[in-house]
Amino acid sequence: MEFEILGNKDTRSGFGEGLAELGRTNPDVVALCADLTGSLKMDAFQKENPDRFFQAGIAEANMIGLAAGMTIGGKIPYTGTFANFSTGRVYDQIRQSVAYSQKNVKICASHAGLTLGEDGATHQILEDIGMMRMLPNMTVIVPADFNQTKQATIAIAEHKGPVYLRFGRPVMPIFVKPDAKFVIGKADVLAEGTDVTIIACGHLVWKSIEALAILKEKGISAELINMHTIKPLDVQAILASAGKTGCVVTAEEHMMNGGLGEAVSQVLSRELPCPQEYVAVNDSFGESGTPMELMTKYGIDTQDVVNAAMKAVARKA
Amino acid sequence: MNFNAETFDMDGIGEDLFFLSNGHISPVWYSVLARAGYFPVAELGTFRKLSSRLQGHPSTDKKLPGIRMASGSLGQGLSVAAGAAQVKKLTGDQGIVYTLHGDGELQEGQIWEAAMYAAANKVDNLIATIDYNGRQIDGDVEDVMSLGNLAQKWLAFGWEVLEMDGHQFEDIRAKMTAAKALCGKGKPVVIIMKTEMGQGVDYMMGSHKWHGVAPNAEQLTAALAQLEESLGDY
Repeated sequence: MEFEILGNKDTRSGFGEGLAELGRTNPDVVALCADLTGSLKMDAFQKENPDRFFQAGIAEANMIGLAAGMTIGGKIPYTGTFANFSTGRVYDQIRQSVAYSQKNVKICASHAGLTLGEDGATHQILEDIGMMRMLPNMTVIVPADFNQTKQATIAIAEHKGPVYLRFGRPVMPIFVKPDAKFVIGKADVLAEGTDVTIIACGHLVWKSIEALAILKEKGISAELINMHTIKPLDVQAILASAGKTGCVVTAEEHMMNGGLGEAVSQVLSRELPCPQEYVAVNDSFGESGTPMELMTKYGIDTQDVVNAAMKAVARKA
Repeated sequence: MNFNAETFDMDGIGEDLFFLSNGHISPVWYSVLARAGYFPVAELGTFRKLSSRLQGHPSTDKKLPGIRMASGSLGQGLSVAAGAAQVKKLTGDQGIVYTLHGDGELQEGQIWEAAMYAAANKVDNLIATIDYNGRQIDGDVEDVMSLGNLAQKWLAFGWEVLEMDGHQFEDIRAKMTAAKALCGKGKPVVIIMKTEMGQGVDYMMGSHKWHGVAPNAEQLTAALAQLEESLGDY
């Protein structure tokens, strides 16, 4: 299957464009940011809707509480900061004031994972998907490229309830069509195959697309699923594909503990036991480096997807 | 405020709102809500029991009318209230947003993040009240971690500060009226309410040890005997 590269952009810019569009179309959307407006690409929304933009300063706990309070009266608050400060730093505020209280807050998290790059491990959170998917009432979305991040940003305004939207910093190829419809909880099958199912999210979707070609040369037919919604998980898509291929690779820019792979393995172990290999960071913090250097060093690059797929296929026998 | 369970809705548009930030005093709040008409007084007997709407700490998931936010993990209510107040200002809603905090709760950093935010953004439809009883679980607030000069702290954060005798109804009325009169003038308002934990019960006053302990049947009888006006309900 051919993948047309439609351009190269960062997913955070997709968020910024989606938020700006919401600013123009949905008067209930308000935005909050903790001193990272430029990094989150929230400038356009701020400029066009100064009365609906709230600068919280470097005080993320308060920002989450403000957002929870803003839902009372019917607003739809979007909070923006780095993924680390969107989750780990404010876990209890999200837990009590947003998730348990069932508030319609959209927690939008940029610079997730290793691809934040040179700032190093203090900022490279790899546990956020796990923390957020553990929370009852929380929807967890990790879009794959610029277009999908824009589409997801717009789509979550129509979903009543807490959402965690995770995206990142590096410029990556765009392959989702600009007019594609984003449906929460409905995975995209990007390529059909018969030997192995690759289930990926975020930047690893592109890495997996690259892996498809290499696998094809090796005579392996891989099916690729873009699992952009981690919770609620598209169980049907997993079972339909794994039932056909008989083995699975999960690929994510996240810790192996708590991430997409673990969510998928819960489904497989109960419904359809079969070999599964994990492309994820293995119980380690990151470090400074370029995004691509880090993906290679920590085992979440194209070749790691290829190796995992071959291993999964070999284990079927 | 809307005291009608039938018409209670989460958004509270056009209403004054109240957020209890120190959720552990839920028994007091539930008692007030029941007597204000939100739910039957008899339901108070289900407090802390399985499947009750009256959770140990206030929650929204059991749909108890009157509650708009879970609380219990301390320090979060002022942020929530500031957010709700900010939306009222944005939409031209004339309602005032009230909070209640414990004094020990002010040791939480998030309180001061919210205090800074509300002053910086002129959230002047917000009245925070503090139950300044000087006691917390481990001892006197002064000994556990002193709040220093509390009034000066709030003043330094840019708030209007009122002080009240929390046991004198005339003073309560006067200070609440004064606080409302200060709304809309560019600053959030805080009322420091001086109180005595266990007021009116001789064996409870002057100590922190009843902060997290309920009296047994015998102690309850002894306490109620000293508080005749509250006997009627029990």
